[in-house]
Amino acid sequence: MEIHRYERAWLAASLVLIVLFIGTVAYGALGPSVAMVDAEGGTVDPAALDDHPRFSDPGVYQTGEDEYAAYVIARRFAFQPGSTDPIRVPEGSTVTFYITSPDVVHGFSLAGTNVNTMVLPGQVTKVTVDFEETGEYGVVCHEYCGEAHHEMAGTLVVVPSGEFDLPEERDVSGGGS
Amino acid sequence: MAFVDEFPFEAKLTRHSFGVAFLALAIGGLFGLIQALHRTGAFRGFVSSADYYTVLTGHGVLLVLVFTTFFIAGLFNWGVVRSLDRPLHSKRLGRAWFYTLLLGTVLASTAILGGFFDSVPLSADVLFTFYPPLQAHPFFYIGAALIVVGSWLAGANYFLTYRAWRAENPGERIPLQTFMVLTTMLLWYLSTLGVAAEVVLFLIPWSLGIVGGVDPLLSRTLFWFFGHPVVYFWLLPAYLIWYTVLPKLSGGRLFSDPLARVVFLLFLLLSTPTGFHHQYLDPGIPEGFKAIAMTNTMFLLLPSLLTAFTVVASIEHGARQSGGDGLFGWLRALPWDDPAFAGISLAGLMFAAGGFSGMINAGMSINYLVHNTLWVPGHFHLTVGTAFALTAMAATFWLFPQISGKRLRLRGAAVAQPYVWFLGMVLMSNAMHRAGLAGVPRRTAEPQYDAFAFDAGVGGIGEMRAQIALGGILLFLGLVLFLAVVFRTWMAPRDEELRVTGTIPPALSGPENSPPVLDNLRLWTLVAVALVVLTYSLPLVSMVADGLLTPGLPPIPV
Repeated sequence: MEIHRYERAWLAASLVLIVLFIGTVAYGALGPSVAMVDAEGGTVDPAALDDHPRFSDPGVYQTGEDEYAAYVIARRFAFQPGSTDPIRVPEGSTVTFYITSPDVVHGFSLAGTNVNTMVLPGQVTKVTVDFEETGEYGVVCHEYCGEAHHEMAGTLVVVPSGEFDLPEERDVSGGGS
Repeated sequence: MAFVDEFPFEAKLTRHSFGVAFLALAIGGLFGLIQALHRTGAFRGFVSSADYYTVLTGHGVLLVLVFTTFFIAGLFNWGVVRSLDRPLHSKRLGRAWFYTLLLGTVLASTAILGGFFDSVPLSADVLFTFYPPLQAHPFFYIGAALIVVGSWLAGANYFLTYRAWRAENPGERIPLQTFMVLTTMLLWYLSTLGVAAEVVLFLIPWSLGIVGGVDPLLSRTLFWFFGHPVVYFWLLPAYLIWYTVLPKLSGGRLFSDPLARVVFLLFLLLSTPTGFHHQYLDPGIPEGFKAIAMTNTMFLLLPSLLTAFTVVASIEHGARQSGGDGLFGWLRALPWDDPAFAGISLAGLMFAAGGFSGMINAGMSINYLVHNTLWVPGHFHLTVGTAFALTAMAATFWLFPQISGKRLRLRGAAVAQPYVWFLGMVLMSNAMHRAGLAGVPRRTAEPQYDAFAFDAGVGGIGEMRAQIALGGILLFLGLVLFLAVVFRTWMAPRDEELRVTGTIPPALSGPENSPPVLDNLRLWTLVAVALVVLTYSLPLVSMVADGLLTPGLPPIPV
């Protein structure tokens, strides 16, 4: 098959570009360990969140030193917690979010960051985030969920570690403090 | 002799398909203007924010399902008949696909537009992705299914016509345009299996109350099995025009016929096993499957990069034939005042920009930054909204005279049209991309919140809103210019002289320079199927392992 030599050079350059792109993502996964949302969060009965040990009382739980689990329910048209009360986490913490929906598909993102995921009824989305500095973020539902979708938002506040306090029953780290 | 004189029935079929396509384009485009003004806050008097989602559903379905499918069906009808130089195998089948598509369109549109009226018990505010458990009226799903079936019937007619040609021409290479149509339709048959399964097996029975629940993750997965290859179903007809018509309009010939065939085969093989890249951020899908889809997606860049080379090389050849010279000086020798040439070239240029933002979408880790932000519609308004739509409009300026026997009217408006569209899209799309980086979500009536504000990286949020609103107005103006030209031309009497001819000169490097195995469509289809089975069988099995309808969600009507 006859291929012009310029075209051959272009073809080679294109293949190099493609391999480089795949390489950057492989590097991101292995180097800075960017993990993809995957199946690790497991499934949950969307009609029985009230019977779930954590989703029945959603919010932030302490799971270890500087380690927290945040259970969030995204429902039409609010985050629970997040919308009425902000999600509060301490600075310098590693927070693993467990998010699910009892009704339709929603989104969960912290505006202006790369914390961004889908929320599906029946599935638990698990994402881990490091909050190094204090600050306040908007929480946005970015998947259309019905006629008041544009009102579905909330806030997440990263508070100074000295000002952070959890009720004792929410410390499930086992070691106490 | 013009196409319409040689093949009057086929010309009429294409003309009528284009007619429905342009009607959908008109309504969908008007909805687009309303959205651009509403979500930027420039003017919110057309609809309430709750009805915004009815507008958004109409915009999506009428443009990417109805406008595209009717235009493509009509274009392919012309391409097959012209390049095989024989009439359709079956006129009856030609009518059958047209009316099936039309019936599906009427049903789906009725369900959507019913959402505007409280007194009408119909609505389908589910957007064009219709993720359950948001539920539309059964008419919506039945209409969507009929549109797919209509496109299958159209494909059957192309294949039967090809078979009849083959019987008369044993041993000949498939003419290039027919080759492109057949490979695109094979890709379409393969990928629509996903959405057909979703709609027919699950959503129609569920919307009729026959089954109680559907699995949202399985439905999304079946949708995106179709939802990425569908973008190539839109793009490849534009490529057909870029490869076969654009070189002629620039005064030259296609650079390489063999490479064009390779490009279309690569799309057939790689388009479908990529759907998970729309679900990078979905729970319930292991990372490995996402990585495989990403690798396939990245390799899909290859046929588009090859196309960029061939298209530019062919145009340059044409410009040099017309006396252009210099490293870039040949650009001045091109017919920039020919609306067909200008529109198709600008569409190609804009597709290059859309290709780059697509490469970013494809990267699994950087996708976190842009997923479901305004960046994404910023991207696909460059691809389907310009690479396809502007190519379709510009090609119409060249093709419509041939299928109607009428010289193009309002030529001044036609000459301005591609530039107006281009400018509008530059304004709207750059601002959408940048707003997405700031975290502004897509698919919302009011991307403004009480508790917080978006922090723009470059420029300001107010400036982006102004550009989106102004861009939307210019795009609508471009659409009105286009529709006026088509309407005036259609209403005009027949002409003796058309100013355009349908002859397409042979490629510089013809099909005889390529191995005949490229034309073995059966072989390539089998390879494509094998790749899909490899990519999708394991994840689909794991999703249905807990029961086809589990976890099942009852409907939430909207």
